[in-house]
Amino acid sequence: MATRKVKLTFLQQLITLPIIYELGKEFNLVTNIRRADVTQEHGWVVLELEGDEEEIERGLDWVAAKGVRVDPVTGDIVEG
Amino acid sequence: MSFASALRCRECKREYPLEPTYVCEFCFGPLEVVYDRDGMREAVSRESIEGGPTSMWRYAALLPCDAEQAVDIQAGFTPLIKADRLGKALGIDDLYLKNDCANPTWSFKDRVVTVAATKAKEFGFETLACASTGNLANSVAAHAASAGLDAIVFIPSDLEQGKIVGSAIYNPTLVAVNGNYDDVNRLCSELAGKYPWAFVNVNMRPYYAEGSKTLGYEVAEQLGWRAPDHCVVPMASGSLYVKIWKGLQEFADLGLIGDVHTRMSGAQALGCSPIVTAFEAGTKNVLPVRPSTIAKSLAIGNPADGFYALGVMEETGGLAVSATDDEIVEGIKLLAQTEGIFAETAGGVVTTGLKKLAAAGGIRKGELVVAFITGAGLKTQEAVMDTLEPPLQVEPNITAFEEALGERRAANVQTANA
Repeated sequence: MATRKVKLTFLQQLITLPIIYELGKEFNLVTNIRRADVTQEHGWVVLELEGDEEEIERGLDWVAAKGVRVDPVTGDIVEG
Repeated sequence: MSFASALRCRECKREYPLEPTYVCEFCFGPLEVVYDRDGMREAVSRESIEGGPTSMWRYAALLPCDAEQAVDIQAGFTPLIKADRLGKALGIDDLYLKNDCANPTWSFKDRVVTVAATKAKEFGFETLACASTGNLANSVAAHAASAGLDAIVFIPSDLEQGKIVGSAIYNPTLVAVNGNYDDVNRLCSELAGKYPWAFVNVNMRPYYAEGSKTLGYEVAEQLGWRAPDHCVVPMASGSLYVKIWKGLQEFADLGLIGDVHTRMSGAQALGCSPIVTAFEAGTKNVLPVRPSTIAKSLAIGNPADGFYALGVMEETGGLAVSATDDEIVEGIKLLAQTEGIFAETAGGVVTTGLKKLAAAGGIRKGELVVAFITGAGLKTQEAVMDTLEPPLQVEPNITAFEEALGERRAANVQTANA
């Protein structure tokens, strides 16, 4: 089993969708939310995913394809 | 000796031992170094600092690592220049420039990397790593070479030749990643968890970031032990901006300077300005963006310290401004042609920021302003190359020279009158 810490950022039109629930269900991942801030305009969630490495990859690709921004918890790794 | 005592989560305040880690296991918040302030206060004085080396290691007692073992290529203690000609051009009475182009690899990144490399050696790492679009890569490769560490440096595959050479000369393992910015970011975040390397801006990040404080220390010392009234700082992740403020506050806390009333303003490139956008919207929620700007050294779409930078801005009454790519180029040229400093694109962002702040009344009459120039222009020649006058081509005789000079001057007069 692998784990991954990520930050998901949702724009307004995605806030009402049960994306984290579907991520867990469709890809058989345990989703463990540690911090979050959701308003009417946007939201972000910092969480840990636990499951099969390939399923984590597929799941995050699926989330990104939905229009959710996926980042490592450190923010950008690449610096100037 | 170092007075660093622990790592502490910026969010939930839980403490951790001083280890190569960067995220709170409980809330996944970022960790930062905390110090034994009382010990520090007893050990540090103006005299002890003034008696130190002419590098940023004169502040060793305020850093989180052992100076005796420092990986030191003489970063820091760069010039603070009174910029009267630029000040006059922009309508700023009392302007100074902190010229960090004068660092060993020509950018402020040497300050953070010297600390990260020293700490990495202390922890027993044998490999120093980073992902970078230029300045950080140059500095990591140079410090690793100096310390006899292996270096592995990840760069986007479309990077300019000059930046590649600036790293390759130190002979690191240079990896050009095919893919867009997000792909590079994702790959490197996964590698950082998999390999036993000191990734300077990941598992070394709490220590690395502390190096930036020395910019605040130096400016205060060079001004005769006082804080500026107003700082204008380029912002990428927002870390440098926050740490300059922290450096000034620490100096005041240690009794080295008086109370700090500095206004902290920040500048970003318009093509990657998530902190400025949040500031203008009156929120501390920073929405990530996909960077599109010539200021690649500032192109961080999801700034890790954006929230904290906005907090400092609010606390100090600072402002946030952005610069278009064209304005950045004009800013680079104005800085070069008034003060003789050839800065990279981040310097163009800061110069434009100064200009906009001054024009909008954002700089108060009589304020002592310090602008931070963080990297040298030879690294980003592409940004300005096509906008400069070509040299006069002449035969080796006086007549040919005088004819060509006359033509050029006439053309310049025409352009000025157009």
